[in-house]
Amino acid sequence: MLEIATKGTKNYWLWIAFLLIVIGAGTVAYLDQFFNGLMITGMSRDVSWGFYIANFTFLVGVAAGGVMVVIPYYLHDYEKFHRITILGEFLAVASLVMCLLFIIVDLGQPVRMLNVLLYPSPKSMLFYDMLVLNGYLFLNIVIGWKVLEAERNQVKPPAWTKPLIYLSIPFAIGIHTVTAYLYCGLPGRGYWLTAILAPRFLASAFAAGPAFLIILCYIIRKFTKFDPGWEAMQTLSKIVCYAVIANLFFFLCEVFVVYYSGIPGHQTHLQYLLFGYHGYNALVPWMWSGFILMAVGAVFLVIPKLRNNYILLPVACAMIFFGAWIDKGMGMIAGGFVPSPLHHVTEYMPTLQEIIITLGVYAAGFLVLTILYKLATQVKEEVGG
Amino acid sequence: MMEKSRRSFLKVAGIAAIGLGAAPAMNFAASDSQGSAAAVKAKNPDALHAERWGMVILVKKINDKIAKQITHACHTQHNVPDFTHEVDTQKFPDTRPVNHNQEIKWIWKEKFHYAFPDKEDEFLNEKFHHLPFMVLCNHCKNAPCVQACPTRATFSREDGIVIMDYHRCIGCRFCMAACPYGSRSFNFRDPQPFIAETDPDFPTRSKGVVEKCNLCAERLAKGEQPHCVEAAEGAIVVGDLEDPASEIRKLLRENYSIRRKQSLGTEPSVYYIV
Ligand code: SF4
Ligand code: SF4
Repeated sequence: MLEIATKGTKNYWLWIAFLLIVIGAGTVAYLDQFFNGLMITGMSRDVSWGFYIANFTFLVGVAAGGVMVVIPYYLHDYEKFHRITILGEFLAVASLVMCLLFIIVDLGQPVRMLNVLLYPSPKSMLFYDMLVLNGYLFLNIVIGWKVLEAERNQVKPPAWTKPLIYLSIPFAIGIHTVTAYLYCGLPGRGYWLTAILAPRFLASAFAAGPAFLIILCYIIRKFTKFDPGWEAMQTLSKIVCYAVIANLFFFLCEVFVVYYSGIPGHQTHLQYLLFGYHGYNALVPWMWSGFILMAVGAVFLVIPKLRNNYILLPVACAMIFFGAWIDKGMGMIAGGFVPSPLHHVTEYMPTLQEIIITLGVYAAGFLVLTILYKLATQVKEEVGG
Repeated sequence: MMEKSRRSFLKVAGIAAIGLGAAPAMNFAASDSQGSAAAVKAKNPDALHAERWGMVILVKKINDKIAKQITHACHTQHNVPDFTHEVDTQKFPDTRPVNHNQEIKWIWKEKFHYAFPDKEDEFLNEKFHHLPFMVLCNHCKNAPCVQACPTRATFSREDGIVIMDYHRCIGCRFCMAACPYGSRSFNFRDPQPFIAETDPDFPTRSKGVVEKCNLCAERLAKGEQPHCVEAAEGAIVVGDLEDPASEIRKLLRENYSIRRKQSLGTEPSVYYIV
């Protein structure tokens, strides 16, 4: 099946070449980091996780979001999603590839990575995170590939894929829950120490993942002869809508608890993110834009007239996607570290080199995504046409 | 439980030592960091033992000069890099400029409201604002850093010391996020250029690993007091918390003491008498 990816239009090859260039730039930047250490990043003693871990967290969400097409189709026989389930699964694969790459580029000693397996530590949440992430990646590769292959040969997918598909559902919830547990089980970090963190992560994941899927559907419609189906996109947009509203609601719950209880160890972080703390406010404009983007996007999607608008829908989805990215990608990690456990304030901003490495990882993910989507759409075209 | 995890650690360390072929330098050095300390401890008849090591800091006895002495003694003898140190450009050409936010410290002074942010009080006795509070790893009984570490590179010894294997650490920095006291530092870069004089008795670290105070486990194993105790002119006492006859228990009996962020349940082993 892979041979399909070797034939394509000029635009296809231009896009691949572009991605390869970005990957190349990211690799050069990473090699420098590999030899000189994480000193090239904006991270510090106080803010010891930064852009890499933030993007990792966000992308775990995008990967988990894929389950929002799997559940309706496989559990509720929602036929309209028949054409796009594979897109959800392959999006999960590409996102997980990026997640794992982000973990690797974040390690101080990447060559010792296997120590996590050599000395398994069942008390560490990172251990479980590694298990569920790799498990979910494996499941999605197998399921996506087998189902697509069967479709190409016009036969039913092998029966053993069914239990794997059902298994992938708790795994999807699991990857983001465990990722939230990485943070919310740490006693000294008031911003993360809240039971709402995992639900909030899931809500924003179920908004960002399907929102991105809708945008991808538009791109597929434009560049291939395969039509994912307007009705499927409409249903997806409703999922995005309720998920983003849930996300905002959970956040407001958090804001209420933090400000009404007034416990300083919890309040200072939100204060820093939303209004600034002792004159430090680098993230304030980001956070407000993030929440405004999500809120306006939610309004667009909640009103049927606007949601049904073919031009407006991708705009609303993009707003929600970027809003969720700011919330998780900029605020969530840095916000947990500022102020520090000793209430010192060290602000964090990624360096240019850090951003280039990040873009390199994204390009690698998009390369995987492009190839997988190329296969999927081509097979669907062949069969459908 | 702790006993068991320690034993299994030693077992794993033993297996790692057998597997020398794969990465000889790495494993040799690994046994250097605390494996040999443990071995010395078994052999050395002078070694100091405790059921649970603890520390008492007599804050009033410390002034800025003593605070400096303490940090200096600990840092120079543990090969902790000093980013203000002028780099020898002959030996280390192309050393890039430092980011002081990426510094490394094991024991240092803080103002009261930073050391005890949950005890901030606007009517606090004025003199507290000026006292230097020495902060360091608390060797917590329930250490969140130990729980978080995915490789067991950070672990609790049966005598309560929370210690690290610098050669197993993958540099994920999960322990830094987990520590509620900011006690841990990460080697964002190769520390060599910033070490004025390398102390051959203690391993240097490579870039990409985390480090922190080890309560001078290497010195206790030789029957010596920690560096900070020696430099503190009587202001720091280290001893066995479980031994009712120990000097630190006597101090704790006779004085009111506080610990950092006690409400978190980490059970710090460092006590402050103010
Ligand atoms: S003070 Fe921090 S580093 Fe030391 S044992 Fe406690 S949690 Fe671990
Ligand atoms: S940085 Fe090292 S010591 Fe800290 S959690 Fe990771 S592997 Fe363990």
